[in-house]
Amino acid sequence: MVDYRTEVSEGMVVLDAVHQIQAESAPDLACRWNCKAGKCGSCSAEINGKPKLMCMTRLDTIDVTKPVTIEPMRAFPPIKDLISDISWNYEVKKRIKKFKPRPPDAADGTWRMQQSDIDRVQEFRKCIECYLCQDVCHVLRDHVKHEEFIGPRFLVYSAALEMHPLDTEDRVDELKDEFGIGYCNITKCCTKVCPEHITITDNAIIPLKERVVDEHYDPLKKLVKLFRRK
Amino acid sequence: MASNLVQITRRGFGETMRKDGWWWQSLAVFLGFSAFIVYSTWAAFQGAHYTFGPYLSPMYSPLIWEAAGQPLSTHSWLGAWPSWMPNLPLPITPAFLILWAPGGFRFTCYYYRGAYYKAFWADPPACAVGEPRHEYRGEKKFPLILQNIHRYFLYVAIAFIGILAYDAIAATQFKDGFGIGVGTIVLTINVILLGSYTFGCHSLRHLVGGGCDVLSDKPVRRGLWNWVSKLNKRHMLFAWMSLFWVGFSDFYVRMCSMGIFTDYRIF
Repeated sequence: MVDYRTEVSEGMVVLDAVHQIQAESAPDLACRWNCKAGKCGSCSAEINGKPKLMCMTRLDTIDVTKPVTIEPMRAFPPIKDLISDISWNYEVKKRIKKFKPRPPDAADGTWRMQQSDIDRVQEFRKCIECYLCQDVCHVLRDHVKHEEFIGPRFLVYSAALEMHPLDTEDRVDELKDEFGIGYCNITKCCTKVCPEHITITDNAIIPLKERVVDEHYDPLKKLVKLFRRK
Repeated sequence: MASNLVQITRRGFGETMRKDGWWWQSLAVFLGFSAFIVYSTWAAFQGAHYTFGPYLSPMYSPLIWEAAGQPLSTHSWLGAWPSWMPNLPLPITPAFLILWAPGGFRFTCYYYRGAYYKAFWADPPACAVGEPRHEYRGEKKFPLILQNIHRYFLYVAIAFIGILAYDAIAATQFKDGFGIGVGTIVLTINVILLGSYTFGCHSLRHLVGGGCDVLSDKPVRRGLWNWVSKLNKRHMLFAWMSLFWVGFSDFYVRMCSMGIFTDYRIF
């Protein structure tokens, strides 16, 4: 941990302070950022121990009479200063079955769907891939289950595909076995840190857990399905 | 898969850079649940003072048999405590015959799971706070894989809401005819809060419509899904309010039965 001092002025966010420190005393201080508007998801860090976007954390919401700690995301390997290696996330995304729509509804190759059916997955598309949810998830952060668990971000991504009214792919078996949805113990930390206020646990993870229950842990449902098929 | 994951440093138990009072929420949950568990266990062992006139404590409802040694009330379904019931070192009361159902429903509830994993098992103690154990099985393996039984407890819990609604109606039937006492209101609020909690269940939300990707062509299921979703948004609030009110309802009936409280009639 390195200490820096800088002047705080009105309206500053944490990212401003980091840039000011770069300009004043540490030109080699590494920090990832892009839009400064809370939409690119680049400047994720842990500010006073809480996973947040640096560009959306105003300094007037923090007690600046005491030192403010800024750390890189701890669920990923550190590279330098405030930057961690988030490439694991890109590898995980490649493993999830892609969107597979049903055959087109119209002769011109287009589909028809109701707005009310797509509203549900629209929420998941707000994700800016800042990976704060992955960072705060204790399964990755404390138990380092990266090999067995895909984390909240990719459960949201799976939910967006799985619940899409046009999608025909089935990802339930992978969610249970390969993607380790059973590791999630619903602490809702991911929901709390999401800068886009996506209701990750209630609207994405739990509905997916219920779909896994349908397929693997509910004998009554299986019986009903068996009779329906006949 | 990235091979540099070994560079991730784990923090020790309670270790965090958080500067806020991260521990108070888990402590409040721990104290709240503990208080309810202690009170409900004590009340279940009493086997007495669970009825007062037309009121029946929700911790004893449905009253399958009257507790051993208690005078027969109108609430009992099958009459007096059966003689064939085994004598165990600890006394069995009618409460033990039924409390497994609401207890199981709450124990496997998605909200409660997240809350008690943090408060009782420190897994994690709070968001972004270090844990005491490195071993982790989550709900992927035994025993917590059994949490997937939640929807079966839901089916029983829905039946209990019907029974408690009947109890609230029966609480208007006094010896001198229809009336409303403070106890009637207490038991009515109880079933409203329990209903709001039960019908906002995540499993129910899935079963009524959440499991379908297209609901626009299923108006009834869509309506139910919207309705359950609205209650689901306040699931935590109703979980706590109903938990408190069940305890309070039992306490109120108990105090009236013991002659400590006077049950005022409104009309």
